[in-house]
Amino acid sequence: MTGLPEPRRSAPCTRNASRGKPHRAQGALLRVLLLALLAFAGAAFAGSGAIEPLPFKDHAQEVRFQNLTKQLRCLVCQNENLADSNADLARDLRLEVFQLMQQGKSDAEIKQYLVDRYSDFVLYDPPLKPATWLLWFGPLAILLAGGAVVAVAIRRRNRGDGAIDDDKPADGRQAGNAPADTGDDW
Amino acid sequence: MKRLIPFLVFVLLVGLFGFGIWWNTWHDARYVPSPLIGKPAPAFALPQLDAPGQTVTKASLLGKPYLLNVFASWCVACAEEHPVLMADGRELGIPLVGYDYKDVPDDARRWLREHGSPYDLVVADQSGRTAIDFGVYGAPESFLIDAKGIIRYKHIGPLTPEVIAQELQPAIAAAKREAP
Repeated sequence: MTGLPEPRRSAPCTRNASRGKPHRAQGALLRVLLLALLAFAGAAFAGSGAIEPLPFKDHAQEVRFQNLTKQLRCLVCQNENLADSNADLARDLRLEVFQLMQQGKSDAEIKQYLVDRYSDFVLYDPPLKPATWLLWFGPLAILLAGGAVVAVAIRRRNRGDGAIDDDKPADGRQAGNAPADTGDDW
Repeated sequence: MKRLIPFLVFVLLVGLFGFGIWWNTWHDARYVPSPLIGKPAPAFALPQLDAPGQTVTKASLLGKPYLLNVFASWCVACAEEHPVLMADGRELGIPLVGYDYKDVPDDARRWLREHGSPYDLVVADQSGRTAIDFGVYGAPESFLIDAKGIIRYKHIGPLTPEVIAQELQPAIAAAKREAP
C-alpha cells in the first residue's frame, strides 16, 4: 500500500462517493478500479486485526470483535460499519467495544450499551418491535396482497371465461393460448 | 370501475415515490434521535478547561437548569454557531456550560480567547470517553439539563436564532416551571 495515496483521511465519509460525473466514463472506471484495489487492500488489512491494533486475548476474541463491530453502524458516516470506518468516533467506539469485551460483557450487552446511548440507529439489523413491524412485515404483506389480487384474477377468469373475454372476437383462433393474454382482463 | 384500478395503483405508487423524494429532501438523514431525552444525564467528572485541577461533576451542577453545549476548536459548524451563542446566550436565563469535545486544551483556550467565550464554565473531555455516555456523535450538540439532572431537550447541529426561539426557549420555560 506504500505507493497508493492514503484514502480520504480528512473526510472519512463516503456518502457522496457515488455521485460521480457521468460524462467522464473513463476516469470514473479508473477511479472504480482504484477504489476496488484500495478496498481489497483495506480488506486484507482488516482481516489482520482492525485499523488500530488492539491487544486481543486470543484469535477467537478478535473474530468476535470483528463480527460485532460489523453489525454496528458508525454514526458519523452512516453508511459504514464500525469495523471499517476511519472516523474518529468510530475509533473511540471500537475501543469502547473492546473494553466492554475485556470486562466480560456479552455481545447483546454491548449492543444494548450502545443502543442506550445512540438509539437503535447503531444497529444495522433493526430490532423487531411495534415501531418496526411495517419494516419487517411490510414486504410480506405486500407480497400477500399481490398474491391475493392474482388469485382473485385467475379465479375470476376461470369461472367467468365468457363474461370477461366476451369483448374479444370469438373466432376460435386464440382459444388455445389463453394464458398468453395476461392482463387483458382488467 | 375495474378499468380504473391500474390507474389508482399507478397514482398510489406515484404518491409513494413522491413521498419518498419529499421525505429525503426534507429530513436530515444524519439526525439520530437521542434515547436519553427524559432520562437522567449520565454521571460525569470532567476537568475544567481553565483549571484542569478542578473537577466538575454532574452532582455539582444540580440545582438549576443549564445548557450543556458540545463544541471544539476543530469543529467548523461550532464556529458557525458561536456568534449565535454570543448574541443570545445571555438571554436564555440559564448557565451555559461549554463541553470541549476531543480537543487540545491549548487550542480550545486560544479559540475561546480569539472568539470570546459565551460560557459560564467549560469542561474538557479530551478522550471523548464521557461523550459516548451522552451519545455525542458530532459537534455541536446541545443538551438542556434540568435542576434534577434530567435531559429535557437535545439539539444536534448548530443552534440558530430560530431553533432557540421555537424549541430551546419553550423547553427552558418548561424545565423551569417543573423544577424551579
